[in-house]
Amino acid sequence: MVVFALFIISKAGGLIYNREFHTGMNKLSSNDLLMLAGSFHGMHAITKQLCPAPPTPTNPASTAAALAPSPFSNRPSGLEVLESSHFRMQCFQTLTGTKFLLFTEPQQPNIDSMMRKIYELYSDFVMKNPFYTVEMPIRCEKFDRGLDGFVKVRG
Amino acid sequence: MSTTFPIRQSSLPSHPPPRPQSLPPQSSHYNRPAPAGTSTAMSSTPSSGPGLRYPSNKKTIYDRNLNRSKNAELSRAAFAYLFIEMIAYAQRGARDVGDLEQRLNNQGYPIGVRLLDLLLSRSSNPLASIRPTRILPLLQFIAQTLYRHLFGRPADALERSGTDSAQYMLFDNEPMVNTYISLPREMSSLNCAAFVAGIIEGVCDGAGFPTEGVSAHSVGEQEEGKDGKGAPLWPGKTVFLIKFKKEVLEREEILARGGG
Repeated sequence: MVVFALFIISKAGGLIYNREFHTGMNKLSSNDLLMLAGSFHGMHAITKQLCPAPPTPTNPASTAAALAPSPFSNRPSGLEVLESSHFRMQCFQTLTGTKFLLFTEPQQPNIDSMMRKIYELYSDFVMKNPFYTVEMPIRCEKFDRGLDGFVKVRG
Repeated sequence: MSTTFPIRQSSLPSHPPPRPQSLPPQSSHYNRPAPAGTSTAMSSTPSSGPGLRYPSNKKTIYDRNLNRSKNAELSRAAFAYLFIEMIAYAQRGARDVGDLEQRLNNQGYPIGVRLLDLLLSRSSNPLASIRPTRILPLLQFIAQTLYRHLFGRPADALERSGTDSAQYMLFDNEPMVNTYISLPREMSSLNCAAFVAGIIEGVCDGAGFPTEGVSAHSVGEQEEGKDGKGAPLWPGKTVFLIKFKKEVLEREEILARGGG
């Protein structure tokens, strides 16, 4: 039950937040981390393109969904989980295109709810902070503290 | 009856005039000319004409009881987003942190002046709807009634300064306005509760207790390690310093001698 690290990637592909909760990951220089985030951003865009075309309803006029088409229901999500023998990487993309990457042990349960909680902390302590500029690196003490409290309780 | 509201001379340069807005003349659909033939018959109903629009049950905001909205709660997130814009507005043209705090204070001040009257007129106890005339009832009013109205709970502590008898300290362990705010390193001395300090200053001034100024200071870090864990129990603890003017203390002394 180990959570290794959290990365947040802006919608332009830049790494705006990285945090290691547990030692045991390979040490990477900040340049390597930026490259990793950029590469993942590109790979995520490619996996989105690989999504099969959504099935078209036979009679579009008759269904209720066609009356009010949601822009999100058929949206391809791209890469969501990457699992290896030693870690599992979960990717969550918000509606605005910000990506959260969570590195955990492969056996870690309830990653979805963890991700939701992290997103909640992000929208509270980062997006409601008057001194944070969107798309810029996140330096918010309360967000750090909230993550610490949350991960420690879980771990 | 001559009630004079305190009008504060602001030492700040006035804000730049708003950009001229180019409103298209008569473009809204509210005052579209009625088609010929229906003009007199239709415009007599209150909801179709221009000006005040009435809800369908004919009850406007003036028909509602003042006490009705007493327990109404507002969204904390909505306030947080509004407060972001208020800080951004105050930051525009602010010279330094002190200037920014003064601007936030100025934004809160008129709220305090108005809230004093509103809360007194709303109190259910007729004896309690007199303006406080002594310092302690005034501070109690701020710490209890005002705080309950604004934040849904009383303030955490009220103390008189040991060194300066004109100075009172109101403690808030976790100011609601600072819930989501993390300060950047270059502004670490800022406390956005200066807005609340402005509200308190407005209440004091409105009640006839002029102050030298009310300021908000963070004191959470000073209490570090009290609980042995190294981390402060209340990292956002804030103290509001209320310093009354000399004449207020003189009057207080006279009132004390006369037995209130």
